[in-house]
Amino acid sequence: MSLVLSLTDIWKSYNGKPVLKDCSYSFGGGIYVLMGPNGSGKSTFLRICALLENPDEGRINYFSDAPLNPPLLRGELKGGVFSENNILKRDIELKRRITLVLPMVGVFKTTVFKNVAYGLKIRGEEREKIEEKVNKALDFVSLSHKKNHNAITLSSGETQRLGIARAMVIEPEVLFLDEPTASVDEENTEIIEDIILNMKKNSRSTVIIATHDMAQAERLADKVLILRNGSFLK
Amino acid sequence: MQVYSAYIALSRQKPEKFIVKMHSIIEAFIKAFDLIFSFNQELLNIIFLSLKVSGIALLIAAITGLPIGALVGLKRFPLRGVTISLMNTFMGLPPVVVGLFLYLILSRSGPLGFMGLLYTPSAMIIAQTILAFPIVASLSHSAIVNVAPVIKQASMTLGATPFQVTLNMMREARYGIMSGVIAAFGRVMAEVGAILIVGGNIAGYTRVMTTTIALETDKGNFELAIALGIILLMISLIINMVLHLIQRKGMVKSGI
Repeated sequence: MSLVLSLTDIWKSYNGKPVLKDCSYSFGGGIYVLMGPNGSGKSTFLRICALLENPDEGRINYFSDAPLNPPLLRGELKGGVFSENNILKRDIELKRRITLVLPMVGVFKTTVFKNVAYGLKIRGEEREKIEEKVNKALDFVSLSHKKNHNAITLSSGETQRLGIARAMVIEPEVLFLDEPTASVDEENTEIIEDIILNMKKNSRSTVIIATHDMAQAERLADKVLILRNGSFLK
Repeated sequence: MQVYSAYIALSRQKPEKFIVKMHSIIEAFIKAFDLIFSFNQELLNIIFLSLKVSGIALLIAAITGLPIGALVGLKRFPLRGVTISLMNTFMGLPPVVVGLFLYLILSRSGPLGFMGLLYTPSAMIIAQTILAFPIVASLSHSAIVNVAPVIKQASMTLGATPFQVTLNMMREARYGIMSGVIAAFGRVMAEVGAILIVGGNIAGYTRVMTTTIALETDKGNFELAIALGIILLMISLIINMVLHLIQRKGMVKSGI
């Protein structure tokens, strides 16, 4: 299986407190579940993978391209001299091949349809194509009946499903889901898990899910990673 | 004793004078309504010029103020805090002071005197733009700052360019931004100090509603002043109703 994403020696700290310590991992295809208690660094790890945040140190390679950071030795970066290697400023083309569904989702104050269409619209897709893809995605997450509702009025389970549809519609090669079922009821958890498993059948995306639910990890994962105190347990 | 009896004499006169005054006020009101409902040409010209001057000023203030508000709201740069404080301070700029400085700049001996703008509608537009700009910029800044950070991140994760992220944030803040624009319109429509100084209140040329009210009141010519006052109040009322509607719509959309 080809390498999709590899991380080497990732370090990250906030206000001098280390959150990720020397994390390295290579992801191929399939569903990965990132387990760990609250505060273990799961979200930070996903945000760094999804290029929302820079690591303090380390390398990130996507799709076997040249590393996004030139090889850096630990201790080389001090005093914020990181701008030349700033991952966040890297090309938008790469960023558009991956996406992350945030735990809070972040719905836009507009209809469910327009929320899901956003990613396609900013990519300049044609209107008919947008309509077709959005309708398909909404159908996939069972939200077609709420298509014209204001997204703000959705329940938390529906909001998560909207987040997944919004991410799915852009057909990402890597999809990160940060605690997709943390704030939803049992029924919705089941629906969301079914969506994820169906996604595996229907698309070739690599899916990386952060959760602290052991049973869920067992149900979904091809591979389970455990993060504790900022490092992967071997 | 003499002083006291003079006082008594004066106070005895008072009720009669009062009745006369009430009479003339009522009469002025009747004449004012007459002016309004007969679509008096002078009145219409004044209203039209007011709307034109304030409308253009608002348009310029919105075109310049919105991007500035967005920039200050979304980007980190040196002296950002000072910029925000300045914008907030300038929201309360005293119009007469703006009028005074603009007068000094535009007067014949001033640095821009050669442009011959003093006592023209253009000078009034400049004055009102200066008054409206900080309101638009500051209120759109706070509207954008109040958009949840997760919205910005969500746009980024979906592949938006920095410009597309900014546009999306502005769209999310649209109700707050519209409130700012309307508040600015309310301020410039009701303003008199600055345009009186730089416009000069020339009949048929730079005479707008507020300056006419000031002048006609001074002359004791109340009917036109009252008619314009009623219309100005109506416009204020409409502006506030629209503002209220927008804010309510924004709240419903936010699920509050």
